[in-house]
Order: sequence, then structure tokens, then C-alpha cells
Amino acid sequence: MTTAESPVRGTAQGARGTAVPLAPPRRLLEFTIDDEPVRVPEGSTILDACRARGKDVPTLCQGDTLTPKNACRVCMVEVEGSRTLVPACSRRAEAGMAVRTDTERARHSRKIVLELLASSVDLSTTPGAAEWLKEYGAEPDRFGPDAARLNEGPKVDNDLYVRDYDKCILCYKCVDACGDQWQNTFAISVAGRGFDARIAVEHDAPLTDSACVYCGNCIEVCPTGALSFKSEFDMRAAGTWDESQQTRTTTVCAYCGVGCNLTLHVQDNEIVKVTSPHDNPVTHGNLCIKGRFGYQHVQNRD
Amino acid sequence: MDLHFGDSKPTDEERAAVDALLGPPESAWEAPAGEWVERSADDLRWARGGRPARDRRDLLLPGLHAINDRIGWISDGALDYLCRRLTVPPAEAYGVATFYSMFSVRPRPATVLHVCTDLACAARGAAEVCAGVEQRLGPGSGVHVERSPCLGLCERAPAALAVRAGDPVRTAVAAPATTESAVLAATSPDAADEEPPAVLAVPQAGMPSPGCEKTGRDPELVLLRRVGVVDPASLDDYRAEGGYAALRRAFDIGPAGVIREVTDSGLVGRGGAAFPTGRKWQATAAQPDHPHYLVCNADESEPGTFKDRVIMEGDPYALIESMTIAGYAVGAHRGYLYLRGEYPRALARLEHAIGQARARGLLGDDVLGQGYAFDIEIRRGAGAYICGEETALFNSIEGYRGEPRSKPPFPVEKGLFGKPTAENNVETLVNVLPILTMGAEAYAAIGTGKSTGPKLFCVSGSVARPGIYELPFGATLGELLELAGPPQGLRAVLLGGAAGGFVRPDELDIPLTFEGTREAGTTLGSGVVLVLDDTVPLPRILLRIAEFFRDESCGQCVPCRVGTVRQEEALTRLLERTGAEAENDIALLREVGRAMRDASICGLGQTAWNAVESAIDRLGAYA
Repeated sequence: MTTAESPVRGTAQGARGTAVPLAPPRRLLEFTIDDEPVRVPEGSTILDACRARGKDVPTLCQGDTLTPKNACRVCMVEVEGSRTLVPACSRRAEAGMAVRTDTERARHSRKIVLELLASSVDLSTTPGAAEWLKEYGAEPDRFGPDAARLNEGPKVDNDLYVRDYDKCILCYKCVDACGDQWQNTFAISVAGRGFDARIAVEHDAPLTDSACVYCGNCIEVCPTGALSFKSEFDMRAAGTWDESQQTRTTTVCAYCGVGCNLTLHVQDNEIVKVTSPHDNPVTHGNLCIKGRFGYQHVQNRD
Repeated sequence: MDLHFGDSKPTDEERAAVDALLGPPESAWEAPAGEWVERSADDLRWARGGRPARDRRDLLLPGLHAINDRIGWISDGALDYLCRRLTVPPAEAYGVATFYSMFSVRPRPATVLHVCTDLACAARGAAEVCAGVEQRLGPGSGVHVERSPCLGLCERAPAALAVRAGDPVRTAVAAPATTESAVLAATSPDAADEEPPAVLAVPQAGMPSPGCEKTGRDPELVLLRRVGVVDPASLDDYRAEGGYAALRRAFDIGPAGVIREVTDSGLVGRGGAAFPTGRKWQATAAQPDHPHYLVCNADESEPGTFKDRVIMEGDPYALIESMTIAGYAVGAHRGYLYLRGEYPRALARLEHAIGQARARGLLGDDVLGQGYAFDIEIRRGAGAYICGEETALFNSIEGYRGEPRSKPPFPVEKGLFGKPTAENNVETLVNVLPILTMGAEAYAAIGTGKSTGPKLFCVSGSVARPGIYELPFGATLGELLELAGPPQGLRAVLLGGAAGGFVRPDELDIPLTFEGTREAGTTLGSGVVLVLDDTVPLPRILLRIAEFFRDESCGQCVPCRVGTVRQEEALTRLLERTGAEAENDIALLREVGRAMRDASICGLGQTAWNAVESAIDRLGAYA
């Protein structure tokens, strides 16, 4: 019923040399990016091609393990012959296309989108946001002190993770990860419309009354820190969160026979957060509640 | 899919509303544990799973309507029960229910009075009606008053629509509304005055050309010729007035012949985008994937547009016949008619007409005995302008939030339910009837070389005779206004609705064609001609347009979701500012508007700044 095309997993990623079986060889398409000729396998997006060339196009809602939703519109590029700009993250490359990533028009659009986001959402924990705002000369303050903001408070309704929707850019990644792209739990959806749209469980209830299974796969894909481990949220509130003091150790989850990879983020000899490598050929960064949150026994020192 | 349900239970009435649509539950699995269906040994062997369960997702919107129509709002228990019956995750259904403005997931009185505050009504005193109604129908009155976007009753502005939940749901229209008539419609919908016949929205039907007093109709009318002449309930009337001649011709020349005629006629879409209809049909018909679908877009929500309503209310069989022809041409056996939720009378007339057509073998397994199967299903919208966008409309029918999809792939390839789909506006479809009866060549001789055929214009605002006017393409704006009776001090004309553009009083020689308006730097859009005289405060109208887009943005993409809010904020500041004081805000509007136009996913965001921009550039607003 759903018309979303299945993502091309194991194809573009396959080129990175993981254990993913390679897809059958594909035709190469030739087109130009910023007047330089490029060749990419059929089915690649403009973004794939840009990244293969080492060109940076900012992205927020794009996720390496998810079908592009192209909702944030920061990756817009100019394609010759197109009336509007096109999203690099989802537009498939076509032979003969002429793509320009850094024109005045594309930069203007990115600048405004960043300003719109920064003036309505708390981007303080969004990786890359500060640099992009600077690079594109964005001035979010120019909409005035009365510019509407989301004005959401953090929802702390369980011991495992916090939903701080003041930081939510509505990229849909958590919804897709919870839904038919990965977890198939369907605990969350976008509710409401327009500027009032928010991520919510049914009836806007607390998480504990919802279908949530606390796998934390939504946290894994959240690009802004709106979803975070309770441990991270508390440490940030206390001012003790310091990523430069953290080590990351990738290991194997000991709970069951699947053998998912866990990356333990450790600060001051305490596990503060657990992620999972996205290029794992079996789990693609997804875990269950045990792997994600069941680490307390490791550091139980009594 | 492992569905999780809370503890809330539906009331008996809510359950009855859902069961009336879906039938009684087939097993205890479909009812909350221990409720009204005894578990039996059969239940241990029964499961509806996989695709058959999920395939009923498209009944979600009709289900929400069923609950809202009966109760007036959608409770947790009712939503959960509907989700159980359809195997839909409650979080997703909650996202869908909260998407539409006609639904409420919070308790509210059974009667809702929608008072239009949009452009045409605002120009005719909607503010006073609204204030009066809100004063009379405060809390405790049993009526919930809602300020509404355009209700499509612009020829009788200001307008109000009352909806009283119950079994059956009752509606009443007050238009032109006074505080008294609106309050009466809300407090006793059954006692309210009946709506005048649809023909009153067609001023040309009342002013016959010289020499045809006998028939009392304008012989020039092609699309509107039956409105007011036939009884909209009578299939015999329709047939006596030439109905179903076009379908017979279609069967004579075959699907390829129909597509050829439509292509040769030069017909382009009348919904606003002006895409060649023949090309769309050809592309759909040629798709190897099956089934093909036909969708009629009757979600007419552009402020100031009411032409489709007049056709559906005055000549409903014409739409059914033309949908059948279109379905035949593109190889579809099922047509969906997506009708906006604010059109109760059009809904009643179309439901009746479809029933009659089925009973007479004009819809069903064997249309006209030609061995072609085609049927039409009506789907009601629930208050969302964005669902008029073709791909958002598909999502809405399928039971998802009405958010536009990104294109490509285009609907002709992957449309409704992911299958090849031809989607056409009501007016576009009814143009197919004269094309087939008079022939492509004769049809193409009407109008200009590039814009062929007759065109409907929705004239509203400060004119003596607002209504739907039918003119061949090529008439000038001035000629149209002459027919409608222009005001003394004409200030501006808004062409194409909220997504269109303003023109000045000295530009009335603009030819009303797609190429003519484009050349003049404006647009024909859906045929809206909203006339403003110099008593209407322009900055207020512009702010209303901005409010409309802020309210109707689906929220999917950032430029539109936040951009429409920033636009509204700037226009609020500009209410009080002109000249040098206004420069900063105008510069801001231009920058944001440019990004919305370039980077929004769909036409809503891309055009949300058009009207305001044209007011600044052409009318010198805020100068």
C-alpha cells in the first residue's frame, strides 16, 4: 500500500567495502556537478554523487539508513532546466543533468532555511548547525524578538530517554525509524498541521502509555539532539557533558545470539550513551531495549 | 505489525457509528478485551493479518468521518476502536485525525458553525457576522463557532455553514449570512431556509441573449447550459438534454479515439496548472502496471473558487458521465471523486446521481451494455486545502496524512495506491463532453489558438452580480467585469485566488487566456476573479491571505512551514507601516518568499508569496 520506494540499502553502501553482498553491476550515468564531469551508478542520488566527489552539501533530514524524506530542504541544489531547486538527498541522478551546488540561488535558499529553523527551533545540540549558519551568513535574529518559536518543554516521562521537542526540526526520521522502515512499532507520528505539527504518540499521551518499546532507534537517527538518553540530558543540564572526554568502544552485545554491535560512549568511567554502527550489515544501527539501555549492570560496583 | 492499544473504550454510539461503516466485528480480536464480543473457540483460529488487514487502511478517513458525523468529535476510545477494526497503529491514526481542521480530538459541542472569514466574505462584511455570532453563541450555547477558510459560497458572501452531528448528520447554510440567520442555522439546522438553487450562482442563465427569450437561456453557454434547466436529481432530464451522448460516442471511437479527440481539442487542466489533459491520459493509458485509477479532484478550496460546486450541484450527471469517459480512456475501472468536506449539498446530489446511474446500468459491471466496468466512489475531504494538491490527495484517500509526495515519480506512473493514475479537476472533466459531442475541431475553434474552449470564471467581491461566468478563452478581464457589474471605485482584481496575483484597474484589457495572463505577469489559476473596491483595506486582505497559507501549510517542509509564519508576522507588522518604515519588512518578505518559491516541496509553499508580491509590485501596497 505504501508507495515509498524501498531504500537502496546495500548498494551505495556496498561500495564502502562492508560485508553487504554487492548488487548486480549497474550502468554508470554521466552528468556534471559544478561543471565537472561525474560518473555514478544508476540509482544514485545527487547527494551520493556530491559526496563521492568530496563536495559538501549540508543535510539534516537525510539519514544514511533511511529513505530520504526531503523535508528539511537544506540540501537544495540547482539543476539546469528545473523550475525550482531540487533536493540533492532524494533526486536520482540522470544522464546529462547539469547540477550546480553553490550558486547564489542555492546558497540563498539554504541561508533562509537555516534562518527559519534557527529562529524557531533550538539548534544548540545540532551537529554542524553553528558552522552552517556561519558559512551561509544566516542571521536568525532578523525576524525580530516576537518571531514565533516552538516553545516546547522537554518531556521527561521515563527513565531511559527524553523528548525535547523544542529542538525538533520535524525531519520525520524518528517516525520512519519507528515505523515501517525499521522497527515496525509505529509508536509515534506527526500530529497536527503546519507550524503546530509535532511528533506525538497517540492521544498525545506520555510515552509510558504508548506502543513504545524503548529500542531507542529514534534516538539513533535524531539529527538535532531532540531525542537523547536521559543520562546525556541530565549531564547536559548539570553542565558535565563533555564529548572531548569521552571514549567510544565498539563491542558485541552479550544479551542474545544476534550479536549486534554496540558502541559504548564512556565518560569518567561511566557508560553515558550507547549507539550502534550504521554500516553493520545486519542491524544498520538498530538495537533493542536491552542493547541500547541495558548496561547498568556493567557499572554496578556494589 | 504489533499494535498496542490503550484502555480507553468506545461508547455504544461511537461503536455503532464505526460498525455502520465497516459492519459488525468478525471476531473478538476486533473488540477490546472482554467487551461485547464473547471470545469463542473460533477466535483461536481466526486472524486477519498481513496485506488483507492493511489493505483497509483507506477506510480510515471515512471511519473518522463516521465518528465525527455521529458524535461531533473523536474520542480516544472511538479512535482506538476504529484502529482495531482497520489494523492501523493508533499513533498514525491520531496523526491523520489531527491533520484535518473539521475533526477534533478534544470534546466539543455537537454543532459546529463554520463562519467564513476569507477574501470574498471579508469584502462583504464577514467580520461583523463573525463578531455577532461569537457574541451570541458563547460557551454553553451548544454551538462551537469556528472561523473558517473559504466555504466556496462566494457568490452569496458572507457565508456560514452549520454541521450538527447525529444520526444522520444535519447541515445548514446561511448565505448571505446575517448574525440572525447564522445563529438560526446553528441552533435549528432543520428550520433554516433552504439553499437557493445552484442556478442562482449563474447570472448568465438569468440574462438570455436577445432572441432566445423562449428558452430563457444563453445559447452561448456550453459547460453551464444544463444548470437550472435540468432537475439535478433526474437522470431522465439529463438524458433529455443530451446526456450520455458523449459516452456513446466514446464507445464508438474507442479509448485511443477519445484520447486523440481530447489531445486534438487542446484541452488543458482547469485546476490551475494547465497541463494538457490528452497527454496526461495518454501517459496513464500507456502504463504497463495495473490497475489504473481515475481520480476527480473536487477538493475545490482555493479561496474564491466555487465553479466546481455549481457544476456538481446543478448538473451532477455531467460529472459522472465525464468521469466514466475518462476512466474508459485511461483504462481504469474505478474512479474516486474526492470532494471537499464543506460541500454537503454537492455530496448529497452526487451520491443520489451515482445511485441512479448504477441502477440504470450507466455505472457498474457493464456500462451501457458495452462490456466496460466502471464505478465511482466518493471520498470526502475534511478541511485541508493541501489535499487539493494531487499527491496529497492520494495520501488522503489512502488513509495517510494529506502531505504532498515528492515528484518524480509522477501520478501517471505511481499515483493512487502506487498505481498509474489520471487525476483531473471537475471543470476539466466536464469539458470532455462538448469535445466528444461537437468534435475536437469545433471545440478547438472556441477560444484562442493556445487556450481552447470555454472557461468558467468565479467572480466575487465588490460586483453587482457575483457568480460563475462562462466565456470563451480570450475575452478580456474588462468584458468579464462588465457582465458582473464592476464597482464604482475599483481598487484591484485578484486573479487566480490566494495563490494568484493582483492586477490594477488600468490592466483590464488583459486577455483571459493562459498565455495572455502569463504575458501580463499574472495567472489565471483556477479562474478566481475577486474584485476589490477602494473601501476594502488592502493590508488586511494581504494579511488574510498570509493567515490562510499559515493555517493550511501541511508542515512537511521547512520553507513553507516556517516561511508562511514569518510572512504572516511581517504582514501583521506592515498593517501599521508604510513607506520607509515598511522597507525592512518588505525586503524580508522578498527574501523569504524567494526561498519558499525555490525550495518548497509543493505548489502551496511555492505560490504562498505570489499574491503579496504582486500587491507590492503592481498595486504599490505599503508605498
